[in-house]
Amino acid sequence: MSLVNYATREITCKIVYYGPGRSGKTSNLHYIYGQVPEDRKGKMVSLATQTDRTLFFDFLPLDLGTISGFTTKFQLYTVPGQVYYQTTRKLVLQGADGVVFVADSQARQLDENIESFQDLHANLSEQGIDPRVMPLVVQYNKQDLPKELILPTAELSDAINFRSVPEFSADALHGPGVFETLRGISEIVLRRLSAAGSTPAAAGSR
Amino acid sequence: MQVEARSRFDNYVVGSANRLAVAAARAVAESPGGVYNPLFVYGASGLGKTHLIGAIGNEAVARAPGLSVEYLALEDFIEQIHAAVAVGEMERFKQRYGRVDMLLLDDMQFLTGRRETQSELLRLLNALQGSGRQIVMTSDRPPSEISDVDERLLSRLSGGLIVDIGVPDFETKVAILRGKAEERKVSFAPGVIEELSRLDFTSVRELQGAMNRLVAQQSLDGTLTPAQVRAVLGAEGTPEPIDLEPELEPEPETVDVTAPAADEFFSFVTNIATAVAAQIEPWKVRVGETVAYWAGEGYRTAALERLMSEPVAPANYEAVLRGYGHAVEQLRQLESKVTTVDPSLGGDELFRDPERLPEAAAFVERALTGAVPPQGPQAAFERRAFQESASNQMAVRAADAVVAEPGQRYNPLFIAGPSGTGKTHLLNAIGNELARRGGGTARVACVGAQLFIDELIAALQEGQIERFRARYRAADALLIDDVQFVGGKERTQEELFHVFNHFHTAGKQLVLVSDVPPKAIEGLEERLRSRFEGGLVAELEAPDRALREKLLARYLADAVAGDEALLPYLAERPVSSVRELIGVVHRLQALAENKGEELTLALARQELEPAGAAVQAPPVTVRQAADVFFLDDEKIVWEWPDVAGRLVEELR
Repeated sequence: MSLVNYATREITCKIVYYGPGRSGKTSNLHYIYGQVPEDRKGKMVSLATQTDRTLFFDFLPLDLGTISGFTTKFQLYTVPGQVYYQTTRKLVLQGADGVVFVADSQARQLDENIESFQDLHANLSEQGIDPRVMPLVVQYNKQDLPKELILPTAELSDAINFRSVPEFSADALHGPGVFETLRGISEIVLRRLSAAGSTPAAAGSR
Repeated sequence: MQVEARSRFDNYVVGSANRLAVAAARAVAESPGGVYNPLFVYGASGLGKTHLIGAIGNEAVARAPGLSVEYLALEDFIEQIHAAVAVGEMERFKQRYGRVDMLLLDDMQFLTGRRETQSELLRLLNALQGSGRQIVMTSDRPPSEISDVDERLLSRLSGGLIVDIGVPDFETKVAILRGKAEERKVSFAPGVIEELSRLDFTSVRELQGAMNRLVAQQSLDGTLTPAQVRAVLGAEGTPEPIDLEPELEPEPETVDVTAPAADEFFSFVTNIATAVAAQIEPWKVRVGETVAYWAGEGYRTAALERLMSEPVAPANYEAVLRGYGHAVEQLRQLESKVTTVDPSLGGDELFRDPERLPEAAAFVERALTGAVPPQGPQAAFERRAFQESASNQMAVRAADAVVAEPGQRYNPLFIAGPSGTGKTHLLNAIGNELARRGGGTARVACVGAQLFIDELIAALQEGQIERFRARYRAADALLIDDVQFVGGKERTQEELFHVFNHFHTAGKQLVLVSDVPPKAIEGLEERLRSRFEGGLVAELEAPDRALREKLLARYLADAVAGDEALLPYLAERPVSSVRELIGVVHRLQALAENKGEELTLALARQELEPAGAAVQAPPVTVRQAADVFFLDDEKIVWEWPDVAGRLVEELR
């Protein structure tokens, strides 16, 4: 997937929200969608079950307008968290420019978090992507829950974020931390553009 | 116009009412042309719009010192358009503004109803945006509320980002006032600034005015207390806050609810914009822009596209871009050069590919050498050798006027006169003078009508009619001798008609010469006749006595010394042309030579009178030619150097 196409003057950035089931990936997208001014709103596509769980994936196209002369589009995806949707997760991960790992801050979900994080790495490796190269940020969601239910970010960080990628605490339902996370991943993705050389860009311009 | 240096971001107080506008302005200043183009800032008078766009300009220049930033109030812009139209320099105006990297236009609300300005502005905005230059505009109302504005322009104005500057809130007012007080080095008692900020001034300018009044009051009465503020400001402050505050209050609140929401997304976009601007390779953007621009102009950009595929910025890419621009410029020059010779050669594929510049140059070279400019005037005919008298005065004066102001006074100048009255001399003299006046660059075509016809026929034969026309049209003045010959030749007249029109509309001088006035030329089409008569028809008459005397004095310079009565006698004899007069003189001189006598009155009488009307031209020319042979310098003893001179010469 190409990021910057100098020929068509487009920047397209695919960001995948990854994480265990019910960690709040779709909430992230919903909040972002809610903040987009009316005239810029694309259509959020959500393939959800009747009980509002993401069956396949959510897709939110974000049109940021023309930036530096480039038509800039962000595509935000979520993967279904449940273990048995492995194939869908792999599919959605394909061509991702960056991954947001949404962790559930609840103490009892710690194992699911770790499992999902390992699953992410496995899926990336399977697609021939070095997980250490893929831009990644971690979000500790549900920090608004009562203190006794959740783990402090420091502990979560110790347990999950062994790669020391940028981390954000968030309350995706109400908004705090959502845009910070998105900004964090976007910046890494965009920075990687020049760092990784123009291999993807050059490939795209042909 | 220059941006005011005082307008900077660091002295612009940011509050909730202008946060978005300032964020957008900063983004624009950081990457001009990159984000929000155009940026349209609106807000009521005195809220700092001009300061803000000034800050954009200053910041942009501070970041990229080479950037050309132009600040203009719309009214100045309109004035400049009018001035440019008045002096006929619209092209220069367009070029000037087409080159700026950042155009800051203040007070756009004055666009209302100005159609020409609108269309000019539309064109300019298109050009600037197309080449990635930044445009920032301000107005006291949003674009959609500026009445009577062209639909297309309106969509351009609204095409980027529209942000508003609202009335500053209490904290912002305090901050602004503190800043101003510091700037002016005045101090107030604690609470005064806060009290002033609480008053309902809806513009920063008013607020400043109120502060100035407090400063003035303070210099008279000593330090003011907060309680005195309302009293000092009197009528302005007191009644309004009570009435308006309750009304105003809910408004900021509703804004507050939505503001962070909109802000969050916008600040994200701004953030991304800066990240993108920093991360995407600027050189590739430059190259990409250049490619898009020139490809849009119809030029081949393969050379630049190859540059794009380089993994890292080639060290010389700027030079490559510049080189490409130069090459295009050269191609344009070559093309315009070749079209003066042959318009059909313009638009050739060669002129669209800078990589084929050498080929194009060679092509033009071939085309140019193939085309010889039309014949010019003959240098031997000089103006000062042409004698003036009553009989030719009008024509000569007209000729001088034409030389002084080509294309201005008499266009065309039509000189009619019988054969041998000096028409060709005068025509060539005009040509020489025009060429001299043009300083060598003026191309003066001076041809006989017969040559014109012959060239036309040849061109028709070779299918080179375009080139024929272009050759003549390229000249700066066209002088045609014996134009009566075009009579009855339809094709020639048609061609002459077009050439004539071209010269006339271009204000280039035409001089036509014929043995009869236009109306007497047989077979001359009406459209040409009327055109020929459109300027001045001057007639050359048979030389009068005064002219004859002058001419004789010149031609008989030596001989007349012998007999003073000869000149008046000869001058008295009427002749029909100067040529005839010269013929008579030569005949007499030859006769005198033959007889070995001096040329005297008696001899002249003897020769001329029995023959009566002395018009037997042919024998004269024969004899004359023979005599010239015998007058060869080397064979005349008295012209040899004298003996003493020769001895000295040999001794050396």
